[in-house]
Amino acid sequence: MSRAFRLLPIILLVWVLLAFAWRLIQPPDPTVRSQLVNREVPQFVLQPLVDGVPGLTSADLATGEPRLLNLFGSWCVPCIGEAPVLEDLQRRGVKIDGIAIRDTASGVSAFLRRHGNPYARVGSDPNSNVQLALGSAGVPETFVVDGKGVIRRQYVGPISSSDVSKIIVELKELR
Amino acid sequence: MRAITLALGLMLAVPVFAQSNMPPSYWAYRQLPDAKQEAKAQALMQELRCLVCQGQSIADSDAELAGDMRDLVRRRIAAGEKPEHIRAWLIERYGDWVSYRPSTAPIAWPLWAAPLILLIFGAVIVAGRLKRKRS
Repeated sequence: MSRAFRLLPIILLVWVLLAFAWRLIQPPDPTVRSQLVNREVPQFVLQPLVDGVPGLTSADLATGEPRLLNLFGSWCVPCIGEAPVLEDLQRRGVKIDGIAIRDTASGVSAFLRRHGNPYARVGSDPNSNVQLALGSAGVPETFVVDGKGVIRRQYVGPISSSDVSKIIVELKELR
Repeated sequence: MRAITLALGLMLAVPVFAQSNMPPSYWAYRQLPDAKQEAKAQALMQELRCLVCQGQSIADSDAELAGDMRDLVRRRIAAGEKPEHIRAWLIERYGDWVSYRPSTAPIAWPLWAAPLILLIFGAVIVAGRLKRKRS
């Protein structure tokens, strides 16, 4: 009994070291995921930012047709890399709405002119209010929203060309 | 030579957080005029995790999103919302993780029980020692 007792500190030490080793080998995933997946998009009304592209309200996301909701910024470098992929999706008939996070009219219109405009609507979120309401923690992020306005999936970070066919299938299944 | 230049160049390359082209939100770096409300906002902001610089509170972080979260907290408190309601609103979106205050959900029970268990453990050891001394 007392012998096992004396071994206890060593056992505890080994246990702690193993815990350290485990976390070093398998670092925690710092991705912040929204808890709103499979829940309705929160209510919002966002003003338009660019001439000719209407603003965005939460009602626009519940029109019966599944669509993508893309959070971007003209100041965000990975968003430039994502732009051609979004355009490809749009060319294949995917409806995409955008929310410009902390952005200016001149910034967004220059961005859309330079990298193409895949968006049906773009709402302006100057203080990240809607981004926070959506449980998003950065740009770019993309939500798959079904026809009833329920979020079905969240892509954190830029969508790559390898995601395109998967997204098209996902949207088809939601129809 | 080129290798040295490259190495020096890499040393200078510090990660930068993406900065937007907008100024900070109104309440990001401004205190509420009502001292009582500001104290409430401060207390809450120190217990909310920055989503960008994870491990810092939004009161400590200079990330833009943290500024926007401070703006949100201060505006809602100024509008008369209870701090616990704002915390719950954020937890609903980001999970328990966003709040530094340990939850009382069953998953955190071992955490709450730990001091008690350690105290009992200590008491048992002390009792054993005292008994041995007496005999």
